[in-house]
Order: sequence, then structure tokens, then C-alpha cells
Amino acid sequence: MDPSGLKLNFWENGPKPGQFYSFPGSSLTPGCGPIKHTLNPMVTGTSVLGVKFTGGVIIAADMLGSYGSLARFRNISRLMKVNDSTILGASGDYADYQYMKQIIEQMVIDEELLGDGHSYSPKAIHSWLTRVMYNRRSKMNPLWNTVVIGGFYNDERWLEFSNLAVCLGLFSVRLFFVSMQPLMREVVENKVEITKDEARALIERCLKVLYYRDARSYNRHEIAIVTKEGVEIVGPMSCETNWEIAHMVSGFE
Amino acid sequence: MAAATAMRFGQLSSGSDMAPDWTTKEVSTGTTIMAVEYDGGVVIGADSRTTTGAYIANRVTDKLTPIHDRIFCCRSGSAADTQAIADVVTYQLGFHSIELDEAPLVQTAANLFKASCYRYREELMAGIIVAGWDKRRGGQVYTVPVGGMLVRQPVSVGGSGSTYIYGYMDSNYKPNMTKDQCLRLVSGALSLAMERDGSSGGVVRLAAISETGVDRQVILGNQLPKWSTTGYIPYCLSKGLEIYPTV
Repeated sequence: MDPSGLKLNFWENGPKPGQFYSFPGSSLTPGCGPIKHTLNPMVTGTSVLGVKFTGGVIIAADMLGSYGSLARFRNISRLMKVNDSTILGASGDYADYQYMKQIIEQMVIDEELLGDGHSYSPKAIHSWLTRVMYNRRSKMNPLWNTVVIGGFYNDERWLEFSNLAVCLGLFSVRLFFVSMQPLMREVVENKVEITKDEARALIERCLKVLYYRDARSYNRHEIAIVTKEGVEIVGPMSCETNWEIAHMVSGFE
Repeated sequence: MAAATAMRFGQLSSGSDMAPDWTTKEVSTGTTIMAVEYDGGVVIGADSRTTTGAYIANRVTDKLTPIHDRIFCCRSGSAADTQAIADVVTYQLGFHSIELDEAPLVQTAANLFKASCYRYREELMAGIIVAGWDKRRGGQVYTVPVGGMLVRQPVSVGGSGSTYIYGYMDSNYKPNMTKDQCLRLVSGALSLAMERDGSSGGVVRLAAISETGVDRQVILGNQLPKWSTTGYIPYCLSKGLEIYPTV
């Protein structure tokens, strides 16, 4: 017993020879190896939008990488051209997107080297990426992204998404799916097809509304258009914003 | 940086009430680091405080670590993690440079950092700024934040103190500044961050890297620029305001 009467907590139940000792306050339990799973997204991108029109597909995303609530990287591109018939946009963790981009680019190069005239179709890329993301998810080490793949291949348009929860089907715009639905439905519903200009106008309107209402967005975006002619990535651009209603509001009652 | 650190280590303090927090908290370079490109090179800077919880383990740390002759890295996050990564990259880059028989590119060094930081992202807590000069692209600054992405920027700040100086940087950085303007920008920004961030302090270490070499300087604690609000009482007296804080 210590003569001064002071007992220091961290030596109580001290280490026994040959045993792992768990220091009080330590976040690791004894015997547990380094954490290898459950990623936390760090620098993230917000929504990605996509629309099909007659003759092609448009995908758009803003150019912001958020570090929590901090708008840290304001000039990063979240859209990529996979090949002449496919484009891809990603939201979620940017480091995981950069990793994905590197893998996909290498895959496309390897395919070109085969020189047999074939290239990956958008459906093939989507299917492959979905499998990759599912496998990573099953190993409890997901790629923390929602990826939108658009393309125009063999006169067929393709627009699908894939994410870490791996649900197929409905096209969603991450958190802001619900707010974008009415806007998009108004233009797209009751029409079999929309023109390229209508699609572009719709996308830009949605981007503007997202800038008004998404606290993690930024007024700087890029748009990727894929048609029979190939892929065109336009940007960076900004939306004209209208704040006139500010004059109509004063006080809080 | 501050938010992430609080998230990871915030739970530890409730555990041991008798043991001081420096026995349980990890050693971290809660920090302010910064790098700016100019035509012909880069200027990098860092504070000099290393903390274990609230105890300052080292008040004269050198966070500007040479990776190669004209390439440096600024380290923030866990001291052990960043030192280990820097050692690994220094070895890898040195080997690569010998194979090439020429000076390595800054982009190569940055990609080596990214490879390690991304691969082990769950186990590491490291935010690194890689900056240097090479003859292909001149002065370059690459940021590898926590998580392991890589992006090139003309100016970059990092570490827990960086949140306090984003405004200063946004308003005072202009493209195409001279080396002296960059040095003033960096020392001003760092001293402001050190003023407000408890995890940053000590001296300002600066380095200017260019084709001709590396020029290192230290601005000691008592020589830092004094801002008008440094010390509340002299400010009040000079403006004839009440001393009692009303806000």
C-alpha cells in the first residue's frame, strides 16, 4: 500500500505476466487487432444528378469536397469519363472515389490494349462495379460511395446507380431525392422523351435548388453529356441565384 | 481536424479520474500547417507544439520533415503515425530516386503518401501536406488529408488550427505572389491560428524551397506578429473601451 495513501488507478489490476493489459480509457479491447473494417467517410461529395433525354444522358455534380461541415476542397471533379460511351459520377467519400477511378481507368486501358474493337458497355461497368461494391460491403469494408453511371451504347441509353447498400432500381439523388422528385417529375412525367435542351435546363434548375437547400453544396458544378457522338464534360460553371425574396421577409412572426 | 480528434479521443477523459490525461491520451501534433506555391518554389510553415491531451509534450517540435532534397512534408495528426509514414516514404522515394538516377517528382512523393494513408486509413490519423520543387512543374503543393485522398492546390492549410484561419487565407491569398509575400502570409496565418488554437503554439517554423535549395527560418514565440486583439486589455485601453467584457 502506498504510504501517502494515493492510489493511482491505472496500476490497479495491473498486468499479469503473459497477459494483454488493457489500459483504462483505451479504446482497444485486449486481443483485438487493428481496426480493419467499418470505414468512416472523411472528405465527401454531395448529390449527383442524372437525366435521360432523346439521344443521350446527362449527369451533373458540384465540385465540392466537404470535410464534415467545412467546405474544404472547392475545385474537385466528381465526374469521370470511363470511355466514349460511359460516364460516371460519385458522391460520398472522395478518397474511395479516387481509388475507384484509378481501378476503372486501368481496366479501360487494359481493354484497349486487347485491340479487338470492343469496349465496356455502361451496363457492363455498372454490373462490375455493383459486384465490387457488394463484395467490399460483405467484407465489412465498403467503398463509401453512391455512384451514378450513365451511357449511350448501341443506340440504347443507360442510367443507373450503385451504392454501398447496393440497392438497384430507382434513381436517387442521395439525401435530396425527395426534394428533387417533384421538380424532375414535372418535366419528365407524361412525356415519353425530353430533348437535350430540356434535360440540360432541368439539371441546371435542380442544381440551383440544391444550392439553395443543401447545406453541403457549392455553387460550382460540372455537367457530363454522353451521346452517340461521345462524351463531353462541361464546366466548371455556376448558377445564377435569385435572393429577391429576402426583401419580403423581416422578423420572424 | 478538431472535430475528428474530439470524436476519436473525447471518450477517453471520462475513464480515469485519478490518472492525469497525459497518461491516456495519444501523443498528437494538434497543429497548424500551411503551404503556398509561388513562381519558382513553395513556402511551407508549421507551429511547434506537440500535445498529449492538455500537456505540451514538446514545445519546439519540428513538423517540417524533409523527404528528399527539394521535397518536404508538413505533418498533422498523430505524431507516431505521421513520423512512421514519413520514414516509409523517405525510404521509398530515396530508392526510387536512385533507380531513376535523377531528382524525384513532388507528385511521386505525394502519391507515395497517398498510397500509405489510403491503404491504412482506418488505423491511421494523419493529415499531411507535401510540398516541394522539381524541374518538371516547379513549385507544387499536394494535400493528403485524413482518409487518403490526394489533391493539388496552390495554397493549403491543415491541422486543428487551420479551421481558424480559412477566412484569413481566403481574403489574403492572391495568385502569383512573390516569395516574400508568401512568407508574410504564412507567418501571419500561423500566428493567428496559434493565438486561438490550444493545440497549436510555440514558434513558427518556415521553409522556402526552390531550385537553389531550402532556406529554413524560425520565428520565436516572442517575435511573432502582434495583432490588435492579442491581449484584451491593451486593445480596450487603446480604443477607450470598458475593460469588463460585455459580450
